[in-house]
Amino acid sequence: MAKVPVQFTLNGSEKAEFVESGATLLHALRDKIGDTSPKGGCHQGTCGACSVIIDGELRLSCLTLAETCGGADIKTTAGLAEGGVLHPLQRAFLDAFATQCGFCTPGMIMAAKVLLDRTPNPSREDVVEALSGNICRCTGYEPIIQAVLIAARANSQNAA
Amino acid sequence: MSLALQTFSSVKDANAALQAAGTRYLGGGTLVVRATNEGDVSVSSLIRVNDPGLSQIAVSGGKVRLGASVTMAAIARHPELAALAPAARAVGGPAIRNMATVGGNLFAPAPYGDFAAALLALDATVVAEDGELPVETFLADRDTNRAIVTAVGFSLPKAEGFRFLKVSRVKPKGVSVLSIAALLELASDGTVTSARIALGCMADRPIRALATEKALLGCKLTPQEIAPALAASSEGIAPITDPIASAWYRAEVLPVHLGRLLSN
Repeated sequence: MAKVPVQFTLNGSEKAEFVESGATLLHALRDKIGDTSPKGGCHQGTCGACSVIIDGELRLSCLTLAETCGGADIKTTAGLAEGGVLHPLQRAFLDAFATQCGFCTPGMIMAAKVLLDRTPNPSREDVVEALSGNICRCTGYEPIIQAVLIAARANSQNAA
Repeated sequence: MSLALQTFSSVKDANAALQAAGTRYLGGGTLVVRATNEGDVSVSSLIRVNDPGLSQIAVSGGKVRLGASVTMAAIARHPELAALAPAARAVGGPAIRNMATVGGNLFAPAPYGDFAAALLALDATVVAEDGELPVETFLADRDTNRAIVTAVGFSLPKAEGFRFLKVSRVKPKGVSVLSIAALLELASDGTVTSARIALGCMADRPIRALATEKALLGCKLTPQEIAPALAASSEGIAPITDPIASAWYRAEVLPVHLGRLLSN
């Protein structure tokens, strides 16, 4: 089976890996590099559990071929905490009980991060829209929406 | 299963490579990688083109040209394409919109392809290397067409003249029960002088509501005057049945939603 080299930046570190031609980025991240924060849910683009940030934009790693990511800047939830201190979004998800089984959480956090990076003070509608591609089967969404709003407030207080 | 991905810098070379059996064009990946993830073994090789020209949006003199690789997100945030933003935003969630392309949407089978319905209402032109086709002709022949779509072109509608509606059961985002795009021109007294209406999910690909278009001419957009046009909307439709809705349900609710979209 043909292997192809791919190089990209993952959470600030250079990564180089050989992947099978046609392998998804999700496979490369989880099974080659060992970053298991993006989850393989539906593999159909429906659930959002595999969401990662590629060059500043939210994308689905299950529908992205690894070899199309050469030179890309990829961010996953695994790279958010700094020196053991959780990112405000992670902290808020814990505090607001926005995570139950946790399977959707990394995708939710990636979608929320893109939102807060662009819209530091989002409305509730902005949050609902930003999370509209991510499915949660536990929480009923309300605690997740609250967590994102709490993280936004925490960010703006820190900035003030 | 291994998939061979070949990247070309020109559409010409990619078109030649696409003639091989088992080869599909990779746009944003939301259709073709989805298919291969699901185990579609008819795909053994993928072709893509990284020409930046395919991702360009050009708006000038009331004409729009969207490269085939332009994403739904790029359309939704473009300041001059505000009239099209509702149709672009109707596609998927944010991550899908960052990936899904104009070219790919033209090939999306129902219940997908909401943006293609908008292009059909806009009477867009579909551009390939060997020429241009009206979108209606293109859609009819898309199963056998092997040429890579490079762009679509259309006249920029006035915001008030273009209406788009997607109906889904999951809020705020879900798969289409149906989608409707309408390009209307009204006289100063409010009577319809021109109407072009496209329907999604009313066949395996977007179709025009020809009988409705005809019945709307000369009507004012009041519930009473558009009633015959709504009654005519079932003419020529063959809605899909899928886990979202049955063909019967889609046919039943079409006139209701069409009426809401058309009534002022």
